[in-house]
Amino acid sequence: MFKIVKKKILNPQVKLMEISAPHVAKKAEPGQFIILRVNENGERIPLTIADFDRTKGTVTIIFQEVGKTTKALGALEEGDELLDFVGPLGKASHFENVKKAAVIGGGLGTAIAYPQAKKLHSMGVEVHSIAGFRNKDLIILEDEMKAVSDKLFITTDDGSNGNKGFVSDVLKNLIEEGNKYDLVIAIGPLIMMKVISNLTKPYGIKTIVSMNPVMIDGTGMCGGCRVTVGGETKFACVDGPDFDGHQVDFDEAMRRQTMYKKEETLSMENIIADWG
Amino acid sequence: MPNMSMKKVPMPEQDPNVRNKNFLEVALGYTEQMAMEEAQRCLNCKHKPCVDGCPVNVKIPEFIQLIAQGKFEEAYNKIKETNNLPAICGRVCPQETQCEKFCVRGIKGESVAIGRLERFAADWHMKNGTASHDKPKKNGKRVAVIGSGPASLTCASDLAKLGYEVTIFEAFHVPGGVLMYGIPEFRLPKKLVQDEIDTIKQLGVEIKTNMVIGKVFSIDELKEEGYDAIFIGSGAGLPSFMKIPGENLNGVYSANEFLTRINLMKAYDFPNCDTPVKVGKNVAVVGGGNVAMDAARSAKRLGAENVYIVYRRSEAEMPARLEEIHHAKEEGILLKLLTNPTRILGTDDGWVKGIECVEMELGEPDASGRRRPVVKEGSEHVLDVETVIIAIGQTPNPLITSTTPGLDTKWGGIIADENTGATSIEGVYAGGDAVTGAATVILAMGAGKKSAKAIDEYLKSKK
Ligand SMILES: Cc1cc2nc3c(=O)[nH]c(=O)nc-3n(C[C@H](O)[C@H](O)[C@H](O)COP(=O)(O)OP(=O)(O)OC[C@H]3O[C@@H](n4cnc5c(N)ncnc54)[C@H](O)[C@@H]3O)c2cc1C
Ligand SMILES: Cc1cc2nc3c(=O)[nH]c(=O)nc-3n(C[C@H](O)[C@H](O)[C@H](O)COP(=O)(O)OP(=O)(O)OC[C@H]3O[C@@H](n4cnc5c(N)ncnc54)[C@H](O)[C@@H]3O)c2cc1C
Ligand code: SF4
Ligand code: SF4
Ligand code: FES
Repeated sequence: MFKIVKKKILNPQVKLMEISAPHVAKKAEPGQFIILRVNENGERIPLTIADFDRTKGTVTIIFQEVGKTTKALGALEEGDELLDFVGPLGKASHFENVKKAAVIGGGLGTAIAYPQAKKLHSMGVEVHSIAGFRNKDLIILEDEMKAVSDKLFITTDDGSNGNKGFVSDVLKNLIEEGNKYDLVIAIGPLIMMKVISNLTKPYGIKTIVSMNPVMIDGTGMCGGCRVTVGGETKFACVDGPDFDGHQVDFDEAMRRQTMYKKEETLSMENIIADWG
Repeated sequence: MPNMSMKKVPMPEQDPNVRNKNFLEVALGYTEQMAMEEAQRCLNCKHKPCVDGCPVNVKIPEFIQLIAQGKFEEAYNKIKETNNLPAICGRVCPQETQCEKFCVRGIKGESVAIGRLERFAADWHMKNGTASHDKPKKNGKRVAVIGSGPASLTCASDLAKLGYEVTIFEAFHVPGGVLMYGIPEFRLPKKLVQDEIDTIKQLGVEIKTNMVIGKVFSIDELKEEGYDAIFIGSGAGLPSFMKIPGENLNGVYSANEFLTRINLMKAYDFPNCDTPVKVGKNVAVVGGGNVAMDAARSAKRLGAENVYIVYRRSEAEMPARLEEIHHAKEEGILLKLLTNPTRILGTDDGWVKGIECVEMELGEPDASGRRRPVVKEGSEHVLDVETVIIAIGQTPNPLITSTTPGLDTKWGGIIADENTGATSIEGVYAGGDAVTGAATVILAMGAGKKSAKAIDEYLKSKK
């Protein structure tokens, strides 16, 4: 069993938890993820390793309550235990020859991008971070991102933080102002990663995106997490989750993400009926 | 006087039209009377041809004689001398190509129902037997076993009996390997696999789930953790796809994913269990092995009206157990033989709507002696289906091999000595599907057994 040693509410839908899992913490690297199960009969869901502490033996996860499992997870408190917690899974991010990078997070994607920004920063890379949210109440990790960025831009779709716009607009401006990025990392909703990839392609800037298909085992055994990259089928759990954004078939990925919409809605209705 | 009936005592089974709507076991098992009657068909041959057909050399005539005499517990113990998992083997061994193939009663008429009798003895023991669980005395040496399928369970249990301190590392949250996530409940009840696993735990074997070796520990790190020897039984879990257009449409599954959702994640009980599975009204399963049969029969049980097995050779070439093909047909599964898919067709929003196939003819026999199928001109046609399940095979997963420098492989499988399981790294042994590619439960067990013996010899020689 894996104990929740810390819980923090980042915004009404997003929570942070520190989980005691010493052997995972020992091997975890930025870019990797874990799969957890809250209870018997529960689904296995993948969540990014947002941070880790090898001495304390803890792994931090940050998650948005979007469906039954993430809601059940969010209802747990410090001291409660998770049934299953397996990792670290996926390939760790590798950065070479990067002097200046733009790290872009869309909503919850900011939490997934944070460890990558932190790693780049620790390597001495100049990091420009751009985080976008629907409105100012949903902003997360502002201080954390600031600490690992040379510049931080936070935008809101509705302008409620005084900075209206999409993350792609900010990136476009920065590029046009003459910032020469060796690397762009874009993590968030598929549509946002697609827009960013389309934006950077003409400039020839290497762009890494983080794919989040439905997963079961996370070890390459089911093939449920297939994504098409450069015309080839890849398994996101073992070949990714990071891929070259200029090669990813985003339209297919968006289609595949709708596969269980009906069932997800049914699960949500049940949980609402159960919990009132 | 032996029972000279040409036919096996029939196995009581659920009615096909009832069972194709539930996940309860299909074959119900012999009663004591049936078992004794069938046991009397065995001629107790002096030269025991049947035994040579069994990869672990179960003492077949001996245990069958004990059943004939009504000594069921003794029969069970006789089987256990060489086979750790009789309740499982009695159900899933391809007996017709192993023990029963060589039975002299099979020359004229049907062979003795060795598998059914083995199952009977094991089930009888589980219900009535008294287990003696003396924990073996520890010898102070530690062995790590990777994976918890039949190869690993056998190896771990043999080593534990010799006094080794054994830890099993399993990637999934449940031990058992394919026995748990692949083979469906209606063929192999999970309770039974769990009982076998509990028996192994009672020997003192520790099972650590949620441990993906290659990620959380490398083989080298396991050695540093103080394990004196390592057995790799990580199976052949990597699903093959056909590489035809449309394979990533919504509604296309690998058999691994489809069966794992159903067996391990209990998707048949959605929404009580959280993991869903999609089954259309019409389903095509591509392949002709046990995996294809299991996927097809599961789809039927989940409410599909028409389930097709699409296989490019003829029925005689199907690698599935005879009994499974027979059961599948009884349950209304439609065999599309000599048929090969060329692409999967989708709707505008990306869902499967059909599978385009061509018909095949059998040409000249190839190197393996099987007649090679060739495409019949102008035979393209479309089967209207909403779900496609690909069951054309699995290969070993590269997670461990790719993180273990010095571990030699061939075709993705670990190279291991046939008699000992020794690999290219000293102290590291391997067996089962991880070495051979997808094979059978009993071969995996046989490999686990040989490695346990070799590990014991290796560690004794070291001190
Ligand atoms: C490698 C990886 C890393 C991820 N990291 C994070 C993270 O750090 N924080 C976070 O909040 N979320 C993350 N996700 C997404 C997270 O796994 C899903 O939000 C979660 O599975 C939803 O489960 P649910 O039962 O609450 O919702 P559901 O009812 O199952 O679904 C609600 C919504 O989530 C999407 N979804 C469902 N299942 C999955 C799945 N297995 N993978 C991805 N999306 C899914 C559905 O398309 C739907 O839009 C990650 C996904 C992957 C593959
Ligand atoms: C659907 C289906 C039906 C079948 N029907 C039959 C049948 O009727 N008769 C028959 O004889 N055979 C049948 N087989 C084949 C048989 O099940 C296998 O040959 C046998 O299970 C192989 O045993 P194994 O111990 O080598 O591996 P597996 O049973 O595959 O077990 C391997 C285990 O290792 C774990 N693992 C993998 N990688 C790692 C890692 N990196 N770290 C930790 N753990 C890991 C896996 O999760 C798994 O639990 C069937 C197979 C399938 C899929
Ligand atoms: S273990 Fe399998 S092959 Fe051996 S006797 Fe039993 S059923 Fe036959
Ligand atoms: S060959 Fe058949 S009849 Fe002879 S001992 Fe074996 S099971 Fe009995
Ligand atoms: S999640 Fe099963 S193969 Fe990737």
